[in-house]
Amino acid sequence: MEKLLEVKDLTKQYALGSLIARILITAVDRISFYMDQAEIFTLAGESGCGKTTTAKIVLGFEEATSGTILHSGKPQTRKEKVWITEGVQAIFQDPFSTFNPLRTVDSYFFETVKNYRLAESKTDAIELIDQKLRSVGLTYGEFAGKYPNEFSGGQLQRISIARALMTNPKLIIADEPVSMVDASLRMAIVNLFKKLRDELGVSVLYITHDLATAYYVSDRIAIMFRGNIVEMGTVEQVLMNPRHPYTRLLRESIPQADPRQTWSDTVTLAELEHDEYLREGCKFAGRCPMVMERCRREVPRDLFVGDVLVKCHLYEGSGETSPS
Amino acid sequence: MKTLRDLFRDYRFAFSFGVLVIIVVMAILSIFSPYDPTLWNVVPKDLKPSAEHWLGTDSNGQDIFWQATFAVRNSLIISLIAGLVSRVIAILVGMIAGYQGGMVDRVLMFVGDSLLVIPLFLIMVMLAMLVRQYMNLVILGLMLSFFGWAWDARVIRSMILSLRERDFTKTAILSGTGTVKLVLNEYMPFAMPLIFSTLINNIAWAIGLEITLAILGLVNLNVPTLGTMLNWALFYQSILLGRWWWILTPVVLSLFLFIALYWMSVSISEYLDPRTRIQRVGAS
Amino acid sequence: MEIQTETILRTENLKAFYVLDMHGTQKIVKAVNEVDLAIKENEIYGIAGESGCGKTTLLKALFNVIEPPLRLIGGKIYYRVNWEEVEVTSLSPEEKRRLRLEYISYIPQGSMSVLNPVLKIKESYQDFIASHVPEQSRKETMELAQKQIVELGLPKNILNAYPHQLSGGMRQRVTIALSALLSPRIMIGDEPTTALDVVVQRGVIQMLKEIQRKLQNTIILVTHDMGVHANVAHRIGIMYAGKIVEEGTTIQIFDNPLHPYTQFLINSLPKFGDKMMRESVPGSPPSLADLPRGCPFHPRCPYTKDICRESMPGFSYPDEKHRVACWLIGEGEHGKAS
Repeated sequence: MEKLLEVKDLTKQYALGSLIARILITAVDRISFYMDQAEIFTLAGESGCGKTTTAKIVLGFEEATSGTILHSGKPQTRKEKVWITEGVQAIFQDPFSTFNPLRTVDSYFFETVKNYRLAESKTDAIELIDQKLRSVGLTYGEFAGKYPNEFSGGQLQRISIARALMTNPKLIIADEPVSMVDASLRMAIVNLFKKLRDELGVSVLYITHDLATAYYVSDRIAIMFRGNIVEMGTVEQVLMNPRHPYTRLLRESIPQADPRQTWSDTVTLAELEHDEYLREGCKFAGRCPMVMERCRREVPRDLFVGDVLVKCHLYEGSGETSPS
Repeated sequence: MKTLRDLFRDYRFAFSFGVLVIIVVMAILSIFSPYDPTLWNVVPKDLKPSAEHWLGTDSNGQDIFWQATFAVRNSLIISLIAGLVSRVIAILVGMIAGYQGGMVDRVLMFVGDSLLVIPLFLIMVMLAMLVRQYMNLVILGLMLSFFGWAWDARVIRSMILSLRERDFTKTAILSGTGTVKLVLNEYMPFAMPLIFSTLINNIAWAIGLEITLAILGLVNLNVPTLGTMLNWALFYQSILLGRWWWILTPVVLSLFLFIALYWMSVSISEYLDPRTRIQRVGAS
Repeated sequence: MEIQTETILRTENLKAFYVLDMHGTQKIVKAVNEVDLAIKENEIYGIAGESGCGKTTLLKALFNVIEPPLRLIGGKIYYRVNWEEVEVTSLSPEEKRRLRLEYISYIPQGSMSVLNPVLKIKESYQDFIASHVPEQSRKETMELAQKQIVELGLPKNILNAYPHQLSGGMRQRVTIALSALLSPRIMIGDEPTTALDVVVQRGVIQMLKEIQRKLQNTIILVTHDMGVHANVAHRIGIMYAGKIVEEGTTIQIFDNPLHPYTQFLINSLPKFGDKMMRESVPGSPPSLADLPRGCPFHPRCPYTKDICRESMPGFSYPDEKHRVACWLIGEGEHGKAS
């Protein structure tokens, strides 16, 4: 079967600095992944790992330096409006910036109805909007005519999802959708993604640095580090049995809500992000506890340990270069 | 209505509103003038204010009160044309440059910046001298407007540059909104306070400039404006000859007009400041 | 686990409200409402709650910075300075300032407000020292700063860098090092790790713990992340709608949460190896300008009884060091904090 979304060798480079002292930063470095229908796929990593850039390129808000993106087998062209042609929608990180503070929130819904020709009359439109709002646990009555500052962050984020649902999308790209929402209200939003997947067959590209919610909600996960996918597989495999040293570090660094499980050993932090981007060989070599001589020279290959892709020299020999 | 009530709580707004109403009423009264403002010697010369001639008469044999009604009307017309047209240019240029970016942006901003750095006044004097024969209210207004948009266009452009990066721009795009509507719906509300307050400032600036040009004799002196009235009063040495009613009428009118416009713009821009405005919209 | 120590910071029935004038109508935001706290020496005290529950305002009050529109409506704040308890809200501005410099310090959420972006880190340090330390000992303090930076595991040459050359985590650690420089007895942190990546957050927290162990002082840490609290705090106070609704040792709070709100806070966190359906706290936090009658949590609480709608419960003490304000637990006695 054709994949809903396929990304092949996607690369994005930025030029930084002045005309004279110019350096090229590879924000996304030949990454490839795919998404199936009705699947939640997570791109996880720390800030500056390239996950948001990847999302912007898939949405068509930014242009790739090289690589291809296929929607259901069809290549995405430059300037194509994928939200109209391919049923892709998005929700953003900051719920308070998602809607214009000087406009009512419902105006975005009516505009969507009009622009996508979703309803004939105003009553039909309201019925449709109400139906979408109900699927995120709100009603038209409690939202009509209100401005963004009259809602809480959690409510706005759910409204944002309802707006994305208006066009019956096949794929929703969620860029850090819960990082600005209180921890106590996050599950309501994350649970919605599960519901969308199970009840409506919508796929979600979940972009986050929060591995705990990623584990809870997603089917497969890719861990990104400085523009590379360093480990990719099902969440059970990647997060319960992390292989790449970076994944292990990430996994251990998440504070667990259990006072008996606190961190024991100390952690080394990167001093400057630039250095890691420009590093030859494996980008993690500077802080990897298991670093070897060749890590500083050679870029590791994509190896498969079982079904899990690992980009690390440690598995050279035990892994294969194609999935088993 | 609520807006007006809130505004009137500010004494500056209430005062300037009152003054402007009086001045506008005066301009409307010009319709009922018993005299043609272009004709001379329709009344006896150099009379002091009296019951018959409220503000006296001048050395041209014109009634100063009725002359002033025309002067106010014409000055307002010029400055309104200048203000409105230059606002339209500023909005268009600012929004196109800000949203489109690239080459269009660079060309538009180059033109705008050139207007900002050249010595405006000298250019305007020269231009006025060149087109003096064809000068009428509309042409003067348009000429002033051509020189009055650059600064605002720059501010609107930078405003849009920053708004374009906010997520709601993407939300609107994903809602299928086209570029023109997006700019109008999403960005205009942020630009409105600026446009309002600079409109008023610009009107004041245009009135002032018209007065300057008129005193230099660069406009058609037979059309009564605040500037030409001053010009005639100075020409006949009304201060020296003690005809205070003649010189004081345009001076006092201009002063009140300036103060009223200034206070009104300060008051409105305070009210429309986006920070306080966001707190105010909706039930709080 | 710790020895019985003295109370270093205490509040009595503290009330701090924002009084806003919105074009003629007055609006009162009850951000800190009848809070009794007793924070001990040599402990890390965590304050947890959702955004808009008054956490930051409480910190401002504890730091004794109450400036309009925030007003002290009632109650007292005591610091224990040199074995003597001082009521600090009534001190003169000069005395307040002196306490703030030497006795209690504040770690802000964003580090940019502390480090001047156009100055080298060293110059920011010098400015700080110049305003806090008498002339004759300034040089020593600078040397102390250099020593401290190495001890805390920061790169030595960091003092010669500009803030923008450092990563966010590094800046935040410099900020914390700076606020610990004069060995304050109390350090107050307002979400110091919220904007940081997990690995960096871990480094920052490690450093906070390290500083606390060295100085044997008190850290008051506000964050909405219960995971962070579980890792660092000795005791935790749960704040809801301007009030402390439950307080206990970290073990008590996580093993035996009694307030329904605390239970929701803890159970809503996903855990590895457990994909069981988890629920958020239902509904949204109430507006502090328009609080519901009775217990402010009752509209979101699944166990609401009639009395919850009528009046606010007092504290019950189900265990030593553990107190909770909920009608489900007990009648409560309007006593002082433990």
